[in-house]
Amino acid sequence: MANNHKALQPSILVVDDELSVRDSLSKWFKEDGYRVGTAENANRALSLMNEGPWDVMLLDIKMPGMDGLELQKRLKEIDKDALIIIITAFAAVDTAVQALKEGAFDYITKPVDPDHLTHLVQNAFRAKKLTDENWRLRQQMSELSGADEIVGESPQMQKVIDLARTVAQTDTTVMIRGESGTGKELVARTIHANSSRKYFPIITVNCGAVPETLLESELFGHEKGAFTGAQYRRKGKFEMADGGTVFLDEIGTISQKMQVQLLRVLETKQFTRVGGNEMISSDFRIICATNRDLEAAIADRSFREDLYYRLNVFTIFIPPLRERRVDIPPLVNHFVKKYAASMSKPTIDIDPEAMDLLIRNRWPGNVRELENVIERAMVLAKPPVIRPEDLPFQMSQIQEQNSPQNDLLTSWEKIHIEKVLQKMGWNITRSAEALGIDRVTLYSKISKYGLKRP
Amino acid sequence: MSSILIVAISPIDRSLLDPLVEPLTRAFGPRVEVSRSQTLEGSFAFNVSRNQYGSTPLISALLDRFDDFDGRILGVTSGDLFVPVLTYVFGEAQLDGKVAVVSSHRLNDELYGLGADRKLLHLRLLKESVHELGHTFGLLHCNDYLCVMHSSTGVEEIDMKTERLCPECRGKLVSNTAG
Repeated sequence: MANNHKALQPSILVVDDELSVRDSLSKWFKEDGYRVGTAENANRALSLMNEGPWDVMLLDIKMPGMDGLELQKRLKEIDKDALIIIITAFAAVDTAVQALKEGAFDYITKPVDPDHLTHLVQNAFRAKKLTDENWRLRQQMSELSGADEIVGESPQMQKVIDLARTVAQTDTTVMIRGESGTGKELVARTIHANSSRKYFPIITVNCGAVPETLLESELFGHEKGAFTGAQYRRKGKFEMADGGTVFLDEIGTISQKMQVQLLRVLETKQFTRVGGNEMISSDFRIICATNRDLEAAIADRSFREDLYYRLNVFTIFIPPLRERRVDIPPLVNHFVKKYAASMSKPTIDIDPEAMDLLIRNRWPGNVRELENVIERAMVLAKPPVIRPEDLPFQMSQIQEQNSPQNDLLTSWEKIHIEKVLQKMGWNITRSAEALGIDRVTLYSKISKYGLKRP
Repeated sequence: MSSILIVAISPIDRSLLDPLVEPLTRAFGPRVEVSRSQTLEGSFAFNVSRNQYGSTPLISALLDRFDDFDGRILGVTSGDLFVPVLTYVFGEAQLDGKVAVVSSHRLNDELYGLGADRKLLHLRLLKESVHELGHTFGLLHCNDYLCVMHSSTGVEEIDMKTERLCPECRGKLVSNTAG
């Protein structure tokens, strides 16, 4: 309760080596209802940054040791949006002008007219409010616009979209599974954007990309001095996501120690910062993703079973692109439009032969790889059309990818039937027609080759 | 509610003091009086280079002088007051403390090139007295521009507000003084 009050109360930090200036400004601002901190020198001011955030900071230019200009630079390194008002004597106006050039909000000369001081501080708070509001709106915009539309006409992807929209209305933990590049983060963002948490942030943590030693601090934050180099307190991702969603990507990579800590946080929604004792509560929803076989990881004891059951409440599986080739043409058109807009190019058509190549490629990197190929083609292509030579692979390579490991006729037949089934979205009647066989024969071949609907 | 003692600080136009008693009694309580026997000589707080009196040393001196007094002290002077970082102040108070000082110097319309207006001067001094005493009872600045606790840095703003506390500040005053 006290902390909430502290966060809501507008605050001012006064840094001046003269006690009388600190006292009179402190009293003046306290009567206005501000939370006021005072520091007699730059070092004390820097240490008080841990008691922040300070909405407005008043810095004396001339102080023993580190002067106001240097302090301003240091403060801006810690908080680039820090709103700083320089206090100076008439003789130092040149230095104040220098401070303005380096990002100070304004300066006042001692002694200051009370009316001027009141209006200046009011203006500073108004500017601070606008900056904060602007930042919040940008965040919200990026969250909303970041939730790109999921493109996919295949029955498999329609099912993914339905599941995402349904589970979005709840607070259930979601596990998204699928090969690398299938669009797991996009599905997570779609869930967030369709949930009641959409006006709060979605915070992504790529567990596999953060070194094990830093992951704990990344997730839970740390207190000043928690480890070498931790000069200031830092909030963790769980704290930042209060009200919103935490998306834990590559959850299968986290260590046993982190698995225990994560399990505890998921059960209590409470944690302490690294090196701290204060219990922090945060209201967040968890969405996680992995391309790892977690069941196998449980069997070899590298992933905790209790954490698995805590995370695996509602699973969405995104099939690889090669199992839903009907999605390739709309995805290609989507990426062409996207890059035409960002590269300020006219919309470019796809040559049918090039589209055929794109449909038949195996896409081990899935949608991400397809997007990269289209972006590259958009750079190379000469409008108005993308031709086969604008693609980084040719038909011969695709045929090699799709070839069986031996020359047996049955191996070729299996691949061909699977390809036709995928092309027809596993519509048995249409697939049988395309193959020139009846439906019963097709069923028996599906059974013989062990083909399964994705 | 504790009693309030009004103390003259030289230089002072003594005729300003008695008219404060009745309205301050209405605002704060039954026992408000002007000290007849005690006057604080303000010259020690005079700053030659600024040609003003430091309000903070005046507060310290009143605290020492009335150490045994169990109530609020309102020091009133006709001298121009300042704190080091500001060009002037109409008054200063110990927030949630014992002593407040106010100055009539900048409340006088003659200082602004206008004709003397004693009635207006009395009213302005009353507003600033209630305002600074309000701080000694723990009241902060109020957003209601009619409330006497609204912050004023010019006489025009003092004239806009009333000499009364808004209901919210009145409630806080009662709650702060209940214990």
